[in-house]
Amino acid sequence: MSISFTVNGAERTTDADPAKPLLWVIRDELRLTGTKYGCGVAQCGSCTVMIDGVAQRACVTPIDAVAGADITTIEGIEGPEAEAVKAAWTELEVAQCGYCQSGQIMTATAFLQETPNPTDEDITFAMDNNLCRCATYARIREAVRRAADTLEA
Amino acid sequence: MGKLTPTRRAFLAGTAGLVIAATLPRGARASDGTQPFVPNAFVRIAPDNTVTVLVKHIEFGQGTWTGLTTMVAEELDADWSQMRAEHAPANVELYVNALFGIQGTGGSTATPSSWMPMRQAGAAARAMLVEAAANEWGVPAAEITVSTGVISHQASGQTATFGDMAEAAANVSAPAEPTLKTPDQFTLIGKDVSRIEAAQKSNGTAQFTIDVFRDGMLSVAVAHPPKFGATVASFDASGALDVPGVERVEQIPSGIAVYAQDTWAAFQGRDALDITWDEANAETRSSDQMMTAWAEAARTADLVAEESGDLDAALSDAAEVIEAEYRFPFLAHASMEPLDGVLEFGDGQAQVWTGSQIPTTDQAAIASVLGLQPPSVTINTMLTGGSFGRRATPDNHFVAELAQAARAAGPGAYKLQWSREDDMRGGYYRPLTVHYMQGGLDSDGNIVGWRNNVATQSILAGSPFEGMIQNGIDATSIEGSTRMPYDLPNARVAMANMSSGVPVLWWRSVGHTHTAYATETFLDELLERGGKDRVQGRLDLIRSDAGRDRAVLERVAEMANWQGVDAGNGIARGVALHESFNTYVAMIADVSDDGGQPRVHRVWVAVDCGIAINPRIIETQVAGALGYGLSAAMFEEVTLLDGGEVDQSNYDLYRILRHSEMPQVEVSIIESTMDPTGIGEPGTPPIAPAVGNAWRALTGETPKRLPFVAV
Repeated sequence: MSISFTVNGAERTTDADPAKPLLWVIRDELRLTGTKYGCGVAQCGSCTVMIDGVAQRACVTPIDAVAGADITTIEGIEGPEAEAVKAAWTELEVAQCGYCQSGQIMTATAFLQETPNPTDEDITFAMDNNLCRCATYARIREAVRRAADTLEA
Repeated sequence: MGKLTPTRRAFLAGTAGLVIAATLPRGARASDGTQPFVPNAFVRIAPDNTVTVLVKHIEFGQGTWTGLTTMVAEELDADWSQMRAEHAPANVELYVNALFGIQGTGGSTATPSSWMPMRQAGAAARAMLVEAAANEWGVPAAEITVSTGVISHQASGQTATFGDMAEAAANVSAPAEPTLKTPDQFTLIGKDVSRIEAAQKSNGTAQFTIDVFRDGMLSVAVAHPPKFGATVASFDASGALDVPGVERVEQIPSGIAVYAQDTWAAFQGRDALDITWDEANAETRSSDQMMTAWAEAARTADLVAEESGDLDAALSDAAEVIEAEYRFPFLAHASMEPLDGVLEFGDGQAQVWTGSQIPTTDQAAIASVLGLQPPSVTINTMLTGGSFGRRATPDNHFVAELAQAARAAGPGAYKLQWSREDDMRGGYYRPLTVHYMQGGLDSDGNIVGWRNNVATQSILAGSPFEGMIQNGIDATSIEGSTRMPYDLPNARVAMANMSSGVPVLWWRSVGHTHTAYATETFLDELLERGGKDRVQGRLDLIRSDAGRDRAVLERVAEMANWQGVDAGNGIARGVALHESFNTYVAMIADVSDDGGQPRVHRVWVAVDCGIAINPRIIETQVAGALGYGLSAAMFEEVTLLDGGEVDQSNYDLYRILRHSEMPQVEVSIIESTMDPTGIGEPGTPPIAPAVGNAWRALTGETPKRLPFVAV
């Protein structure tokens, strides 16, 4: 049975096993490779995408759970928050290896869409479930702060 | 050596002839203005005025693309915006790491091993561009200047870009020994150019191995034995073959390979395999059993690595003898990108895409499995989601498995994807290690004896690099225990070589991961017992020839305004000093007791890595390496259960540092004109002892068994 949804505004249909995680549909079928596989069990956040505007872990989201949903990946995020976050990430050179950063950026963007004037504690709390093995955490905090300040200005 | 006919020896020796030796053949040069100018193996200047540096060291976060490109751009007098970087192919003659003798990245050598060759490459290209301009304009080369990518002749008012001169420069001979700048002439080095791959890593477009797809490619998952050393006794593939998308199943030396249309199907198919394992040769001890055996061996370790004075006499004459035993667990690298690789082969050729940390031996291993000559195997080194040593395996086991899987299925394209569980349970850990220490104090509290016994498993033993072991001592086991910066009389460092069926490997800063902790916390304890200040006590012990160690310790004490271990408000301070890979690092950490576990609030770091090429990258590497070391000290441990199975398989039980646990870090870089040294690893070793020392100041006890927190 085929399952339909939109990804970055485009209608998509898959005949995949309903239990197949959204992550592998996005990566292996749609070839949108910015979303990364890190753990497969919602522990690291590298696979974070937005489902109907909410940051979710694609690695544990079965594809049949997103029937009819609007999915946004790193390739498709737009709007002032997304632009501010990507710009801050680039300017502050947050990434080291870079592998987790799509997930960090998705979490940060969704967070700023929900929380316009965050405190530093809000930022740390919001980002705490996205792991970075390079420990770029200080730069991530700085970048979310800068993006928030840019949006306020 | 003739000017244009350098010998092979020139580049094997890593001499000044390297750039010339690396000059590529010119036969195929076109003259239609569309071909790039390729002055040597490291630089490509295109007619569109972009300059691409072929980086001989993998970029997996530590900044090689930017660092090596900065070295070239500096001598070329390029404009930073015209610079590009890409990974060099596997070619040991062109891209040897002169410190290894093969092409490879590790030991924080990318910067020091590139310092001369990359600058020479840039300087040679510049000289050739200048000569081309001189010929074209009919003016003396000496009157031509180059600045921010523009070649100028002031008197005639002529100017040109590198792109303009690319075609003409291709007809100029490379200079034998290009003149290099002196540090006072640097305009890019030390000035923080922008990180080359920052944008692509901020918008999802950076391409990692996992992102490579080839036509007709099959995804492969391999079922590995549940215990180290076990092998396949028998298997039934029918369940796997029933999984939609699974194409075939093959037995390969390392396990059972499942080939499928995509990654998910390969994982599902693997789960459906029915395998009986032969555990006759498996390691069945638990890590607890190993720890007990290692601890016993540490007491009597007798393979002496370094000795001065008469330790036994000094300890028997001492007013007080203190002893301590430190236990360090196996650690997983736990890089965010699990091991992966893509291989396509047929018609006597193979192409590989992977995060290759040792291209020379990876290439040879793949060639050997496929029955090809190494030059027929092209390695495309990809941006890589961390490694920390994990992708530098002396046995090349991962690419060999990839090649075995490809060979078993025949010509075609294959992506071998390890799951997080494969990666974490797959071994190649930082070796489980025990240090047994004794220290003697005289009645004035001065240190009169120092024993450091290390029981650990050699990384090099049984590997192709075994020849590096001297007198039974693998330097990677004890580095940091020997050649300490302190004048400790009657000192003896000895080791016991332990063995297990668990494959072990270098893990960011290698032996220093445990030696820095054992030496710097034990020294701290002796200083305290002797009534000494922890900073001044160290300064009093630092040898007169260890000025760089002294300077970083003095700098960090100044940064933190060190007044002793009590910082008030429930916060204690710990200090640690440790050199690794010729880079000197001192740290002071502010720590409080957060419900029985350390909370690290703030860390000051002073670092001396010679000339600072990209200060901002150095700062982030130091902070990141500090976070990596803090993560291990706080939470990380791989344990083998009774029977030998690994307990941890994902980030739930193998807990790593999170945002909320990252301290505020301030880094100060010592100004220097010394040649640059590496920065990927040296920030890791000092953080654990700095925190351990602060913890003793808070609670009276140094944690003697790592990690600090039981997960």
